Amino acid sequence: MNDAPRLRLEAGRVILSGRWTLAAMLPELAALRQQLAWAGTAAKEWDLSRLERLDSAAAVLLWRAWQNAWPATLDISPVHRQVLARVADLPPTLPAIAPPPFNLVEALGQRVLRFFDHALGMLMLFGQMLLDLGYLARHPRELPLRELSANIYKAGAQALMVTALVGFLVGVTLSYLSALQLRSLGADVFIVNILGISIIRELGPVLVAVLVAGRSGSAMTAQIGVMRVTEEIDALAVMGVSRGQRVVLPKIVGLILAMPLIVLWTSAVALLGGMLAAMLQLDLSLHYFIENLPRTVPLANLYIGLGKGLVFGFVIALVACHFGLRVKPDTESLSTNTTRAVVTAITAVIMVDALFAIFTRNIGVPTL
Amino acid sequence: MPLIELRGICTRFGAQIIHRDIDFSVDSGQILALVGGSGSGKTTLLREILGLLRPSAGSVHLFGVDLTDPDSKLQRAARRRLGMLFQQGALYSALPVFDNIALPLRELRCLDEDWIRRLVHLKLDMVELGPRHGSLMPAELSGGMVKRVALARALALEPELLLLDEPTAGLDPNRSKRFVDLIATLQQALGLTVLMVTHDRETLASLATHIAVLADQRLVACGPKAEVMQSAHPFAQEFFAGERQKLL
Repeated sequence: MNDAPRLRLEAGRVILSGRWTLAAMLPELAALRQQLAWAGTAAKEWDLSRLERLDSAAAVLLWRAWQNAWPATLDISPVHRQVLARVADLPPTLPAIAPPPFNLVEALGQRVLRFFDHALGMLMLFGQMLLDLGYLARHPRELPLRELSANIYKAGAQALMVTALVGFLVGVTLSYLSALQLRSLGADVFIVNILGISIIRELGPVLVAVLVAGRSGSAMTAQIGVMRVTEEIDALAVMGVSRGQRVVLPKIVGLILAMPLIVLWTSAVALLGGMLAAMLQLDLSLHYFIENLPRTVPLANLYIGLGKGLVFGFVIALVACHFGLRVKPDTESLSTNTTRAVVTAITAVIMVDALFAIFTRNIGVPTL
Repeated sequence: MPLIELRGICTRFGAQIIHRDIDFSVDSGQILALVGGSGSGKTTLLREILGLLRPSAGSVHLFGVDLTDPDSKLQRAARRRLGMLFQQGALYSALPVFDNIALPLRELRCLDEDWIRRLVHLKLDMVELGPRHGSLMPAELSGGMVKRVALARALALEPELLLLDEPTAGLDPNRSKRFVDLIATLQQALGLTVLMVTHDRETLASLATHIAVLADQRLVACGPKAEVMQSAHPFAQEFFAGERQKLL
């Protein structure tokens, strides 16, 4: 192309020709910059009258080659002079946007404050939910039944397949590994106790909670978050629809109702997996397993498992809604808050599970 | 060579036909306004020009490059020569104003930070914003400022061709007029070719040199402003009624 940006030196005059534009300069940018830097120090006379085009990127480049001052003699068309004048008018020291310096104490303090801020926010959300429930108890006609059923279907019914698959596989794994140990001790029959207690009391609820936090918790945060971004939450408020009653309450109550049912279903499927593995590995008949399950596992364990499911459901939905409402109208905030919601929900679930373990340590443990 | 050339464009969404056999081109230096009723497929046509959407039939040439050309390098080079102002601005909401404008420059990966900083401030200055606006987040901007930042970003790569989708939508008449003036000034200063989608008659009156009218799935009129104003098509008649005296 003959209109490529060119620079040549003739008798102390630097002559620029061609199209000095960003697009045209890009292919040979390094060479041009080198030539300019060299010409900028060597020559005082510049002839820019043969330029076809000069855009501001090239103007900045020239201006820097001239060390931020007009050259002694400059031959240039008025249009191009204007482009250069714009660059010359820029303040010499432009404020760089630097992030505020990192301060350990400050960062730590902010973290602590943020933790309390979130705790307070969740408490307020919980309080608002109780108030909403009280209101709805007095005005049962306004119950958000449609939203409730939609949430139970989305968070509950649609989660059945994945929780069943994971539960089944965990049941098989647990049974298989335990069987290897038990057989070497000649204590084959205890597989019923091990699987029964561990799955019904512990694994079932926690497994489901982790899956639901990842599946439904993140979906809730993202949904509420996008509703914040698109101002739908504000639109609800303007229409006189309480966001607590229509958005938050159905999600929390829905998950509270759905979780025990998913826990029951997942524990059952996990036990089935365990039973099948025990049958293949230890020749323990299904009949024997089912016969002995109620005798070795006190009923209290099932209640503890279901109770855990209920509490976990509450925790997951509360955390998800809280972080969803904290989303600011930008994409980064949406992703941060969704991540936070899932991480916080799973952490909180495991902490609550530890509390359960401590407070129910004397309940439902079979005494031999 | 025309900067944009469309040949025999047909667009179908399922059974719904949007465009039938559209031919048109934009030459260097023109300010062409694409007008038409709501839902007449103006934005769809714009998206086809940008290569965001592939027409059901026909070809789009941008700076002489066929957009179905498999050579991605060639396509990228062609796209770098145009700037697009989206209707809602489409600013990157996670980045402050400065980084929004700097992003296309940084993506070139051969400009140093000082150069980028000067260019960004130059663009901010062009759209009448100051350095202090650089640290604002898009969510903190008013509607008019979003448009101006988006324009600054569209101009970041020194495009020869500027595409505007409803440049004045959502601005009050005052702001709208100032924004149109700004575009006109920049167009003259930078020698831009502009293709804009609009249904704002004020914008048409003060900016466009050429008009293309999209109605009944076809391009019913296309040419210099005065010529199109006299078009016999009922949509054009209605659209330009009343404005004609003022404009001519």
